Amino acid sequence: MKLYNLLSEKKSAILNRWYDAVLDTYPSDTSGFLKGQKNPFLNPVGSTIFQGIENLFEELLYEKNPHSPPHPPLTQGGQERGKGGMGGLSGERASLFLDNIIRIRAVQEFTPSRSIVFILLLKNAIREELKNELVERQLLEELLFFESKIDDMALLSFDIYMKCREKLYELKVNELRRLTFGRLQKADRIDKQENDLKSNNNEALERKEVNK
Amino acid sequence: MSKTPKADELSKIDYMPPKSGWMDTPVEFKQGFWCYGSKAKSLETVGFPNPRQWSPADEDWKLPENWQEIVLKGFKERLDKYRSFKVFMDICVRCGACADKCHFFIGSGDPKNMPVLRAELLRSVYRGNFTKAGKILGKLAGARELTYPVLKEWWYYFFQCTECRRCSVFCPYGIDTAEITMMARELLNLLGLNTDWISGPAANCYMKGNHLGLEPHAITGNIEYMLDDIESITGIRIKPTFNRKGAEILFVVPSGDLFADPGTYTTMGELMLFHELGLDYTWSTYASEGGNFGFFTSNEMAKRLNSKIYAEAKRLGVKWIIGGECGHMWRVLHQYMDTWNGPADFLEAPKSPITGTVFENAKSTKMVHIAEFTADLIRHGKLKLDPRRNDHLKVTFHDSCNTSRGMGILEEPRYIIKNVCSHFYEMDENTIREKTFCCGSGSGLNASENIELRMRGGLPRANAVKDVVEKYGVNMLANICAIDRAALPPLMDYWVPGVGVTGVHELVANALVMKGEKERTTNLRGEPLPGVVETREERRKREDRRKEVGRRRKREEG
Ligand code: SF4
Ligand code: SF4
Repeated sequence: MKLYNLLSEKKSAILNRWYDAVLDTYPSDTSGFLKGQKNPFLNPVGSTIFQGIENLFEELLYEKNPHSPPHPPLTQGGQERGKGGMGGLSGERASLFLDNIIRIRAVQEFTPSRSIVFILLLKNAIREELKNELVERQLLEELLFFESKIDDMALLSFDIYMKCREKLYELKVNELRRLTFGRLQKADRIDKQENDLKSNNNEALERKEVNK
Repeated sequence: MSKTPKADELSKIDYMPPKSGWMDTPVEFKQGFWCYGSKAKSLETVGFPNPRQWSPADEDWKLPENWQEIVLKGFKERLDKYRSFKVFMDICVRCGACADKCHFFIGSGDPKNMPVLRAELLRSVYRGNFTKAGKILGKLAGARELTYPVLKEWWYYFFQCTECRRCSVFCPYGIDTAEITMMARELLNLLGLNTDWISGPAANCYMKGNHLGLEPHAITGNIEYMLDDIESITGIRIKPTFNRKGAEILFVVPSGDLFADPGTYTTMGELMLFHELGLDYTWSTYASEGGNFGFFTSNEMAKRLNSKIYAEAKRLGVKWIIGGECGHMWRVLHQYMDTWNGPADFLEAPKSPITGTVFENAKSTKMVHIAEFTADLIRHGKLKLDPRRNDHLKVTFHDSCNTSRGMGILEEPRYIIKNVCSHFYEMDENTIREKTFCCGSGSGLNASENIELRMRGGLPRANAVKDVVEKYGVNMLANICAIDRAALPPLMDYWVPGVGVTGVHELVANALVMKGEKERTTNLRGEPLPGVVETREERRKREDRRKEVGRRRKREEG
């Protein structure tokens, strides 16, 4: 549990490193803004990322500790979610925290790997922040275990990323379907009208009502 | 064999963005962030230059050989014609106050979405060609040549601006980047570089009077279906008139509200309100579009499309005009119509026949926003309202960019909502009224192929909705704009699922107690009113009916 104590102790330094690394995935003209603007309404990207990585970090720490108190209930959409503190990384809590960040990155101009790389950047942040301490064997072993949890999150991130993308396709298809359907119907009707007109005309010709 | 990178290396590989300056970072067209190019046919219909088959993704945009000359000539003409344009090109001190105010920048993190940089795309060419310093010093003075990549960059980024004007609220010099975007789009238009989503509707509107190309029988047919629905909900058969000469008022709505939910519920609401008042008004199947996608191509085109409104008012001999719930429609009507196609001296200053109120603000244009009209009715106690019918709703209000920043309609819709609903909650003050965040799909950007762009552009708006959802359990996002009613449902679906979208007059009609109505059990959407328990049989009937109405409507709208 030594590593976990260290991580808790250095939480804010690690988080800052992590946050900086995530923001570095944005153009330099932008990262300053994402970092500087603290009002969440004026900077939803920066604030969601910061809030998100903090929650994720706590989730990772909580994971290991059997004495952790039960989670406070998650609230979203005015309803309680994820009751009972499942804790596990496939759990709803981790998914929700990841979702908040990935949902944003899925509509920014990142490749899929870049969209979810942010979670792996935590490894670098920890290694750098604890580089003096990480010479001890016991710590290294614990670190390996901890990092495998980060890998779990990366895998989970991939699922979430795909869900976000699927949602986007669904929205696109829904809109297109509405349009195409209308157009097809219209084409159909025009076709029908033209045919009606033609046969009317032909009949009229046959009856010699009109001269050609 | 290639070397497999280690995990640690992998995470470091090229996630860093390029470090070059903006002028040297060429634009890369990424799927999801741009709209399809305009079709030859649409351009031909309205007589726009360079009609041809092309795709923005193509290397070759099939431009006329002298395209640079055409653009620069057009640039010069506009600098001479519009003093504001010239001033906006000259006076920006690059203070950066506007930089972080654009929803597209906030949502994307792409520096070229900073209003100041967006404008700089054009300004750099201005400097290079029309200022002495720029001609001599070149890049040192922030000047550059008009090259093919620059042109492509223009196209990419000026169709990533919704002309929402949020940036202009914060500029100490009052520079309106929306107007710069308008000019840039005009210049692009000289080369036939518009989007299908804009030029298609503009061409439809030119031929048939509305963006969807609905012909008169489709318009009346769609409204008939709404009347059927109203009758089954209220027991009242409404009989509106079409193209009736001698009516006192002409009513013009954005055509989206005639065919797509939830906009149709807004139209039903308006029909019910006018019926209840016994208003002497008529619909026109010719001036059947208040919106104006021509506005997103050029000033001249917008003027042409707009001319039908006064012309129809004159033909029918009405006294004044009411306009439906829309955003950009009102920017055009309120700020341009009078100078383009006025003075409408054959009309009278709008005076509510119910309250006697004269709408001084519309004395010149002769056209009143329905939110102003209805707020006035409520203020004078002319409507019998039962807000409890909306008790299952926790409502917040999204100010659309055009009605708030363009014409200052801030209080009226709120006043109406508070009178017809019991639960109303404001979003954060930084995101409403003049500072409202755009839906992300305005100015003709509400196509489907650019959904990623729309989602990230709408993030600041959705983020503020999410907050009131979490704090108060808000479940309904009200607005007075037809583009909002089309664009916000997918936006909510992506960011804050479970939040509905409604026009204000849908809420009004649900609360409106009409003379001789039967006891209502459902709202306009056919959902049971609060406190009404629906039997399984009733539910089945309701769903069947919904399906049938959907089918019929689709058949008709074609
Ligand atoms: S706020 Fe106005 S002056 Fe300052 S950079 Fe923006 S446009 Fe230029
Ligand atoms: S007008 Fe709106 S979309 Fe355009 S640059 Fe300004 S804030 Fe951005």
